[in-house]
Amino acid sequence: MRRSGRSLRLCAVFLLLCSVQDRAAAIELQPSSAPSLSLDQALTQLTSDDETVRETALRTVIEQGDAALIPRLDEIRANADRSVRQAIKPVMDLLKHRANLENPDQDVRRSAATDLGLARRGVAIPWLERAAGKETHKWVRYTMEESAALLRLAADDQATKLEAIDKLAALSSQNAVPSLKELADAGRAASATGRQQELSQAAAAAIERIETWAAWSNAIETIFRGISLSSILLIMSVGLAVVFGLMGVINMAHGELMMVGAYGTFLTQEFFKAFLSPGLFDHYFLLAMPVAFLLAASCGLLLEATVIRFLYGRPLETMLATWGVSLILMQAARVYFGDLTAVVAPAWLNGGQQMMVGVFLPNNRLFVIALSAICVAIIYAVLFRSALGLRVRAVTQNRNMSACLGIPTRKVDAYTFAFGSGLAGVAGWALTLIGNVEPGLGQNYIVDSFMVVVTGGVGKLAGTIVASLGIGGLNKLLEPGLGAVYGKVCILVLVILFLQWRPSGLFAVKGRHADS
Amino acid sequence: MKKKQTDTTPTEMSADGDSSRRDFLVRGARVTAGVGVAALLGNLGHWALSYAADKEPIKVGVLHSLSGTMAISEVSLRDVVLMAVDEINAKGGVLGRQMKPVVVDPASNWDLFAEKAKQLLLQDKVAVVFGCWTSVSRKSVLPVFEKNNGLLFYPVQYEGEECSRNVFYTGAAVNQQAVPAVDYLMSKEGGGYKKFYLLGTDYVYPRTTYKILRAMLLAKHVPESNIMEEYTPFHHQDYQTIVGKIKKFAAGGGAAVISTINGDSNVPFYKEFANQGLRAEDAPIMAFSVAEDELRGMDTTTLVGHLAAWNYYQSVDAPQNRQFVANFKAYCKKNGLPDGDRRVTDDPIEAAYFGVHVWKQAVEKAGTVEVDPVRKAVYGQKFLAPGGEIMMDIGNHHTHKPVLIGEIMKDGQFKVVSRSKGLVKPEPWSEYTNPEKGCDWINHQGTYQKK
Repeated sequence: MRRSGRSLRLCAVFLLLCSVQDRAAAIELQPSSAPSLSLDQALTQLTSDDETVRETALRTVIEQGDAALIPRLDEIRANADRSVRQAIKPVMDLLKHRANLENPDQDVRRSAATDLGLARRGVAIPWLERAAGKETHKWVRYTMEESAALLRLAADDQATKLEAIDKLAALSSQNAVPSLKELADAGRAASATGRQQELSQAAAAAIERIETWAAWSNAIETIFRGISLSSILLIMSVGLAVVFGLMGVINMAHGELMMVGAYGTFLTQEFFKAFLSPGLFDHYFLLAMPVAFLLAASCGLLLEATVIRFLYGRPLETMLATWGVSLILMQAARVYFGDLTAVVAPAWLNGGQQMMVGVFLPNNRLFVIALSAICVAIIYAVLFRSALGLRVRAVTQNRNMSACLGIPTRKVDAYTFAFGSGLAGVAGWALTLIGNVEPGLGQNYIVDSFMVVVTGGVGKLAGTIVASLGIGGLNKLLEPGLGAVYGKVCILVLVILFLQWRPSGLFAVKGRHADS
Repeated sequence: MKKKQTDTTPTEMSADGDSSRRDFLVRGARVTAGVGVAALLGNLGHWALSYAADKEPIKVGVLHSLSGTMAISEVSLRDVVLMAVDEINAKGGVLGRQMKPVVVDPASNWDLFAEKAKQLLLQDKVAVVFGCWTSVSRKSVLPVFEKNNGLLFYPVQYEGEECSRNVFYTGAAVNQQAVPAVDYLMSKEGGGYKKFYLLGTDYVYPRTTYKILRAMLLAKHVPESNIMEEYTPFHHQDYQTIVGKIKKFAAGGGAAVISTINGDSNVPFYKEFANQGLRAEDAPIMAFSVAEDELRGMDTTTLVGHLAAWNYYQSVDAPQNRQFVANFKAYCKKNGLPDGDRRVTDDPIEAAYFGVHVWKQAVEKAGTVEVDPVRKAVYGQKFLAPGGEIMMDIGNHHTHKPVLIGEIMKDGQFKVVSRSKGLVKPEPWSEYTNPEKGCDWINHQGTYQKK
């Protein structure tokens, strides 16, 4: 008896849906007194001139059909007139989504569940609930439950609606906010009935709960974005910092060395595409890293040998000369590669991790964060744990004394520069995940890198790390409120003010290069 | 001659009147012959000279950035203009004269655009210039063209609110791209979207376009709270925050993103969009400056299902378009241009292409390359462009074009999902922001106030 009461209620829900939703929706849930049809009969009647016949046919298709019908429906649709086409399309989508709820790929299942929720057709509620019962993946199940609750929200029955509101609040569903707002507003109108007011209060409470959660998840996402941007800034500027800090060379071509790294990645990809089996394609990206490093490092070595070594101790001339080199490199890339080339991220770097409701961390960002941490660790190891590092530090502190002790200072200069350049190449490699590969790539980042290095204090790696964290974090804190343009302007102004206060940056080096 | 005459004189002197009359006749004949020959020679010379002048090639300017940020888009336009010139020359040129392109590189530098335009008009004395992409470059050359009465064919869609006598706009006005695109999104077949996130690069085209779209949306009773407007700097690479905002905005469905992001920022934007788990089904991106040429370099797997609005796509199914696409690929391959026959065509490329042909037709109608007669001859010109027949407006210097909404496919091409009925009349001044203004060079000589 209770069960039949419930199905009656459901029926009523559907009836309401019919009246509220557009006509295509209406067809699915008419009183079941309509004559039942066989599937074949229904298909032939889809193009009937009589609207009621057509709608009964569509209902039958939804109730009895499955995804296997889609090609046939498509065929019917192609030959039908406009109004029939428009009625058939959503039915096809429903069938497709319903089939996709059982797809082995979790992303497909989740997409289907989301789409069913947005399609606002009550007929999908039992499908979603059944699928949710069987679902093993946490976030797919979440989406299914959310979609089912969203559909129930449109029910006519007060208790079902309240239940749905509760459920959505418990799920912290962002998707429910617009519908909940409507309910809340409806209850505030002067003409609102008691039932509407009750709903309105429940909806308002739910919105509050969801918004509180959203505020928290937003904060977490903002922190993550800050860290992510910081790690990009760090990976870009760390090579510059090594060269700038240890050698006192302002390398304006640093950005173009990043570009070289990015093109190295692109070339590796093309090589894999051309010569190796497609199955290996996903591995190209890892192999591209040493390629990018070596390519940029050898470019750096060449640059040092042909330009920079004649200009040590003359920072302004170095700046000009390297700037000229950067223009040459840029135009050379443009001539050789054309203007835009794409690097396809490997499958394992696509998509992301859902941490909690409203917090979604893209894989490529996580990867860059990890990479920048590794890079910093490697640089520390090279500078403080290796023979080269020891010599670099010695030459930095006192070139003449080091030379007297038998350190080949020329070679050390060259290797340091090559190492810094190689780091730029690695940055270029990582940036292919975020942006595009084009001749102007370096120019897009070079200003930011300089900002970080100068703010951090010349010659201190720690300064670079702290400055990139600070600038990245601050940027992401300011951006939501100010917008990207003014956010950036604000950061620049703050950096200028900061440099007024501490001209030599966060971590000033006492003596030597900083003031020489 | 003189000597001979002196020799004969004594006899003549002794001769009677007959002989003297004969002498007169002979002299007269000689003089006549001399004059005749001289005249003939003179005529010949004149004819030879004028023949040479007639056959002197007509110089035409090509003003596109071949280096700097805009090279990414503009190089293809230079290529297609040169191809069109080649085509015309191969068929005997214009008025029996060959066209000789003068290519300059303003290097994406707005000041340099004005300088190069001046050089083309005053030094090279070109008959017409094909060029510019960004609105700022067009605005910076405008005074040069207006002061020196030059002629510019501008091939890119733009924000309107301009009415220059010296420019022909073969790209779309806002009512031929942005407005119908939003109309489509709001329509039932377009998905009935109710919330719009307007996202653009921070410069004049997006700002003016969004001013018009906002007015349009408000006029269509979209509440203010359902419209978001946001701008990013040129070359912006970090779209995390914005995509996060879009995600929140799009929660619950019914939201679409309208994008006028320019150039290289598109890649990070679309990448971030996909990586944060947003799909075209959640919120489609309708772009006004992403075409096949930009997609050529992108990883299109993340873009499938997103939309764009243009007046032409490479995929337009017409015989003249298939020929055009094949010709362009062959031209790029033959001339060793980057990517060779992997090159694609797109809307601005088509607009640049038919601009050259429209100019040629106008010159032939006018019978001269003088700017003013040619300008008038352009009015009402029709041309079977690759995307279908277009028509130059009778007086506002813009082009009647079809409007096509396309969906991005896996291979970087567009599938047309909606097509305007016939050609859409261009309106340089939008009915939503400037309903009282019009542009007409026949009756009103420029911008005028409608009654």
